[in-house]
Amino acid sequence: MRDVSRDFTAGQQTIRVLHSIDLDVAPGELTYLVGESGSGKTTLISIMCGILWPTEGSVEVFGTPIYGLSDDDLVRFRLENIGFIFQQYNLIPAINAASNAAVPLIARGMDRQEARERAVAMMEKLNIANQADKLPNQLSGGQQQRVAIARALVHEPRLVVCDEPTAALDATSGRRVMDLLRDVALAEDRACIIVTHDNRIFDLADRILVLEDGRITHDGQSMPEDH
Amino acid sequence: MNWIAIRMLTGDAQKFYGLLFGIAFSTLLITQQLTIFVNLLERGSSGVYNVSSADVWVMDPVSRTTEVAYPMPSTALDKVRGVAGVAWAVPHIRASASVRTGSGELEGVSVVGVDDATLIGLPKGMVEGAPQVLSEPDSVIIDDVGATRMFPDESPIGQRLELNDQRAVIRGIADAIPSFTSQVTLYTKYSRALNYVPGTRNRLSFVLVGKAQDVSPEELVERIESQTGLRARTRDEFARDGVDFIIENTGIPLNFGITVALGFIVGVAIVGLTFSLFIRDNIKQFGALKAIGVTNGTIRRMVAVQAGMVGFIGYGLGVVGTVLFILGFSGNPTFKGFYIPWQVPLVSLVAIVVIIALTGWLALRSVMKTEPAAVFR
Repeated sequence: MRDVSRDFTAGQQTIRVLHSIDLDVAPGELTYLVGESGSGKTTLISIMCGILWPTEGSVEVFGTPIYGLSDDDLVRFRLENIGFIFQQYNLIPAINAASNAAVPLIARGMDRQEARERAVAMMEKLNIANQADKLPNQLSGGQQQRVAIARALVHEPRLVVCDEPTAALDATSGRRVMDLLRDVALAEDRACIIVTHDNRIFDLADRILVLEDGRITHDGQSMPEDH
Repeated sequence: MNWIAIRMLTGDAQKFYGLLFGIAFSTLLITQQLTIFVNLLERGSSGVYNVSSADVWVMDPVSRTTEVAYPMPSTALDKVRGVAGVAWAVPHIRASASVRTGSGELEGVSVVGVDDATLIGLPKGMVEGAPQVLSEPDSVIIDDVGATRMFPDESPIGQRLELNDQRAVIRGIADAIPSFTSQVTLYTKYSRALNYVPGTRNRLSFVLVGKAQDVSPEELVERIESQTGLRARTRDEFARDGVDFIIENTGIPLNFGITVALGFIVGVAIVGLTFSLFIRDNIKQFGALKAIGVTNGTIRRMVAVQAGMVGFIGYGLGVVGTVLFILGFSGNPTFKGFYIPWQVPLVSLVAIVVIIALTGWLALRSVMKTEPAAVFR
């Protein structure tokens, strides 16, 4: 992304939450986006994956200037190229785990049975295929998160965006999830961006970006000394 | 995605059944009330359709319906018979009277006097006895609904009545369409009816006319009116007059209209609130779907499928409820002959479609307003 800024309006006041961000993310890299609450992480990640328009600047994802696309094409681009793992998982309570994991494939028009088979195959990689027929409320938080990861990866996206994956987990579970993400999400042609402020997992990153007051203040393989 | 939409809807059983109840109740209220309304209105024409053989009804110019008639001099019958195109014309009297039953109770009845010779003016069917029983002395025929009202626990046949100090004996039961007021109707010969109803100078209520083959009822009406100065109406016109009279002179359309409107409002309120709650509960999921890459068009289709499914099942339940209501009360004389005109379910279908479209649109607005980025907040 080049020179990306984003303003929000609150009443008559306009607040700039991102200031001229320049950023390149390479495939095959586990990138952390780190910062305090209100530093602009969510805004940056939303712009990066095509769900929030920047006020200024341009964003290219795998060579496509995504905000130059029509609304429908942008939605299609997201469906084809981006996998989302939400902090609260946002699974659909009324359908079972396999069907939840299959949602991106069903949305692409794939036959439901075929989509389910591929979702179960992905769930096998995440060791939760035996939970395929359970509803989300019958799963533990960790299992739900794995279903959410399966949903993010089932359609083999080239960019995976993950919001606070360890926020609700203890240290051991958090590391296990991150190990899992490294195993299944990272690939040569796939970039993986993780928003977090969990310092227990910083050592697992290939690259850490620190965001403060809407500006990238650090870009390196580890956290700066003063954090 | 439609499958997911349906599972989202049915997965929340409480709201799903709430939505079904709202639509079904609304449909039932609208369909049932409209059915009763239409059937009651049609009873305004029962006096006409009970006399199926008359093509044209002739009356005093101020007469309006079978129940609101001003008597004519008996010479009117001869005038009508003199009009070209009249195959036959017979006298017909309809008047109110008070009857005292064998047990001494007083009841208001409608006395219908039919032609002595041909018995034209009687309902077509008989539940018990034959039209010819009117040839017996003091004989009257009672309508079936009146029989159940006046003699709920015993057979009316052979019962003696006192009408205007005259004796009457019930010898038959007619299969008649009840009148709007469901008043007991006694059929007898014209000459005998003159004795049963309090006397006035003129007694002839109507002249019933059969048309010749080479003339249409409308043409005959014109001829009779121009040649006699009397008012003439075809059977269908006069039936319509009876319906119009009820519409214009009673509060029934307003009362039923209010109930139907309440049904609509209740439907909008229950369905609108429940559907909005359902959508609000699922707004995060819809937001996630939008972020993942589900288009607004697909989301719209999903909400439409959910609304359509609720509407379809709820409407079906409501109509079935109305059918069961009509069937359940078909044995009750008050509801005799009640049926559901095809237009009524159509009207309620339109109402339900409007309710569904309105509530679906309101619910959809909140989904459409949800930014995909909201799922990260």
